Parts: sequence; structure tokens; C-alpha cells
Amino acid sequence: MDAIQKSLLQQVAGLHEVPEGAYNIRANGEMDSRNTTANIDIVTKEDKAGIDIIIKPGTKNESVHIPVLLSKSGLQEVVYNDFYIGEDADVVIIAGCGIHNCGVDTSKHDGVHSFFVGKNAKVKYIERHYGEGDGSGENVMNPETIVHLDEGASMEMETTQIKGIDSTNRITKADLKDGASLEIREKIMTHGKQYARTDFSVDLNGKDCSANVVSRSVAKNQSRQEFFSVINGNNECKGHSECDAIIMDDASVSASPQLTANNIDASLIHEAAIGKIAGEQLIKLMTLGLTEAEAEEQIINGFLK
Amino acid sequence: MLELKNISYVVSENGSEKEILKDINLEIDEHFVAITGPNGGGKSTLAKIIAGIIRPTSGQILLDGEDVTECSITERANKGISFAFQQPVHFKGLTVKDLISIAAGKPMKVGEVCDILSEVGLCARDYVNREVNGSLSGGELKRIEIAMIIARATKLSLFDEPEAGIDLWSFNSLIQVFEKLRDDVHGSILIISHQERILNIADKIVVIANGHIDTVGTKAEVMPKLLNTSAECEVLKKKQRG
Repeated sequence: MDAIQKSLLQQVAGLHEVPEGAYNIRANGEMDSRNTTANIDIVTKEDKAGIDIIIKPGTKNESVHIPVLLSKSGLQEVVYNDFYIGEDADVVIIAGCGIHNCGVDTSKHDGVHSFFVGKNAKVKYIERHYGEGDGSGENVMNPETIVHLDEGASMEMETTQIKGIDSTNRITKADLKDGASLEIREKIMTHGKQYARTDFSVDLNGKDCSANVVSRSVAKNQSRQEFFSVINGNNECKGHSECDAIIMDDASVSASPQLTANNIDASLIHEAAIGKIAGEQLIKLMTLGLTEAEAEEQIINGFLK
Repeated sequence: MLELKNISYVVSENGSEKEILKDINLEIDEHFVAITGPNGGGKSTLAKIIAGIIRPTSGQILLDGEDVTECSITERANKGISFAFQQPVHFKGLTVKDLISIAAGKPMKVGEVCDILSEVGLCARDYVNREVNGSLSGGELKRIEIAMIIARATKLSLFDEPEAGIDLWSFNSLIQVFEKLRDDVHGSILIISHQERILNIADKIVVIANGHIDTVGTKAEVMPKLLNTSAECEVLKKKQRG
């Protein structure tokens, strides 16, 4: 692995070297390295690009890292990763994609991740997207996440895109059985002429299942963001979605929430707020000695923390 | 310390001009000065002019002899002016520790934040990592606002009605915070307040009404007058006479 790839790995996975436990590092369209454990197996797909990650029932306190690194300009790929998480397992999965594009061609990584989460299993899924490079080539990522939660299963998903992705269309679909719960926290910051679209769709099918989808974003310069969220309450369930955006400069943000209750006991809530940084917040921090630019930076860092 | 020379502030409202402050001349050299007077008299506007949030229409502001009239909010903050808002601001995502660190101008250790919070009567462990947002009560937000001023430890600390929006019981313990501040802080404290207990501990009381300084003096000089200043209502008088 070269210095550029190591720096990307640091950005998307917080790793300096190869991680502990199970991992699969994909660099420039090929497997760079892999490690499996007694409870976690990783198998290369034969019919298309991608891997199957199989986690045995009852596996506790283990983690899987599956970072993807693109440092060759113009590389475009679609990868399918399927996660099979056994009953009663409790695991952390860290995925991420880093692109370093110093050429003129578009680099693109489309990852389709499907999660099959067994009964009463718990998954924490962390996904980071990062782009860099001084070339004029665009960095494009279109992650698609499909989640199937069995009875009593729960998943916490954290997805972050702070820098360097010129265009992204993020699709997340989930269906939940009895007693399952899903929590999604998304953080996005766009600048320049970037475009980010987020599309959540959750089917609350089981009795007493719940979903909480929270998006916080900052749109700077001439960037554009679109937020769509669809929650269907098909049983006695709870659904909550929230979109909170700070808009700056000449950016544009649109939020389109959609709630559908198909059951008298479905309880669904949506909150959306879009606005610039409050003047009084800036003034308060300036009375503490910060310049206006420093105050802005503190407010945004806090907001996306 | 602080000198205000011929400060006026005029706003235009529906085409006509309205004088909010008229030719204010005031010197603050004492340790603890209270500004009081009826609502709408111009007290908060004066505090904002001192902090640099509002520019006066005319007049001069001198801090230790230096003219700071043209200085920005940030420049005045760095020259030693602190300002506690009447309505504390909410911040999504910023914690009490973040704000105290910004106020102190350096990253603060949990222990240091704890020391400052305990001065304003907050149990630090519960608050250090709380977000400064609507989940905190009005009294808690006010205390954090005051804690930021303590963390800055500048030569001039301005407080705009620290009692506003606080229930009577919380205010009783807040008074002790100000009594302690008076004893501990080395610079000058300028506090806008309607509370007799605050006025009682002031070295000097300034009464501002209708945009000008009505009275300046010690507690003994000003307090008796204050109790008789509420303008009599002519209609009520006639009614009472029958």
C-alpha cells in the first residue's frame, strides 16, 4: 500500500495500518488484503464484484473493516457486498470509501451493501466517504444500503460525508419485522459545485418496530442538497425523521419528507429545518473573542459533530 | 476604565426619527456599577453599544483612555470587554465545555471547567458535556452565560439583566454568585438590573430613563428617589379624587 492509499485509509477508517480482527481492504478495484476470524468469514463473490461477509450466530464484540480505496484517476466500479449477521450477534462494521483523484477523469465507486440481520442481533454500521485530489476529474460515490431486520434485531447506522465528493446519490432502504429498531444518523457537508442527494425509505412492517432517521447537513458555496425520506408505518410502530440543514452562500437545500400511516397505531413524526447560521450565535462567539470566520467554523464543527 | 462621551443612538421608524439614547455621558471607574430604570429606557441598547454590537449614531467610547468607538465586537472582546446576553443563545452541537473553552481562549481540561461551573452553582459533572440548547432550562442557560464571563476574566464584564427569565428561587442563589463575583473579580462589573438586592451591593447606581441618564449616585443617594419615580397616572388620579 502506498502513502496516498495509507492516507485515504486513515481518513475513511481512522486506521494507520491494517486493522485488528476481520477485514477486507479493496484498493483500485482489487483485493489488497484480507483477514478472517473464527466467527467472521469473508468470501469473494463469483458472479460479480464484491464479497459476502458471514458472521456466525452469537458472535460478540467483534468488528469488521471493509475500506475501499481509489487512487487511480478514472477508475469506475460497482461493488456488491452482502452481510449475513447471525442471530444474537453483536458486531461493529466499518465501511468507507476514499478517493484520491489527481487526474482529469471521473473516479467513481458505487457500493451496494445488503444487510441480513438475524433475530435479536445488534449491528453498528459506520460508513465514511471522503474524496481528495487536485486534478479536475470528479469524485463520484453512489452508496446503496439495503437493510433487512429480523425480529428483535437492531441496527445503528452512522454515515458521514464531509469532504471532496463532487456528486453523490445515497440510497438507503430498510424493512423491519416485529420489535426491530433502526437508527440512522447522517452528516453531510458540501462545498463548491457539489451535489448530494439522500434517499431514505423505511417500511415499518413489524409490531412495535421503530425507526429514527436524523440528517444534519451544511451546504456551502454553490452546492446543492436534496433530502428525501419515506417512512411507511404498516403496523403498530414508531417512526421519526429529522432533517436539519445550515445553508450558506449561494447553496440550495431541499427537504421532502413523506410519512404514510397504514395502521391506526402507527405513530410517525417528521421535523425539518433549513436556515442560515443565526446572527446571534455569531455575535455571541465574537463577544468571546473569535472573528466572524472563526465563529462560523466553530458553529459548523459543533453542528456536524 | 470605561468612558462614554456624548453617546446618541437614533433609529428611523416609519420615516420619522426616534432617539433611543440622547447624549449619554458616563464614567465607570468603580468596581461594581448597576444600571437600572424603566423598561424601554435604553439600557440594553447602551450595553450593546459598549460591546460593539450596535454602533452609536454619534459619540465616543473610551476604554482605559483608548478610543474603541470604531472597533469591532471581536476587537473589543480582545481588549477586555465581556458581555453576558439577556437572552442566552442556543447552539446545536456545541457543549458547555466547548463554550467555556472558547471563552477562556484555550482548550480547557474537565477539572478547569468544573471549577468555573461550580462558581455559578452548577454541578459540573452533569453539565460539562451537555449541549447548550433548548434542553437546558432558562436558569441553567443564564448560569452558563455567566460562567463564560468568569472564564474570560476580562477587565470589564457587562451583564444585561441576569435575573430576566429566572424564577425567584433560582435568582436567590444567583445573587450569591454576584456577591462572590464582586468580591473576587478584579476588573469592573457593569450590570443592568431591576433587583434591589443587586442594587444594594453596587458601588454606584445609574438610572437611565427615556434615553438619558436620569440620576447617578451611591445607593444612599439614588434608592430613595427610585422608590418615588413611577409616574402617576392622571386618569387614575382623577378617578381616585372622584
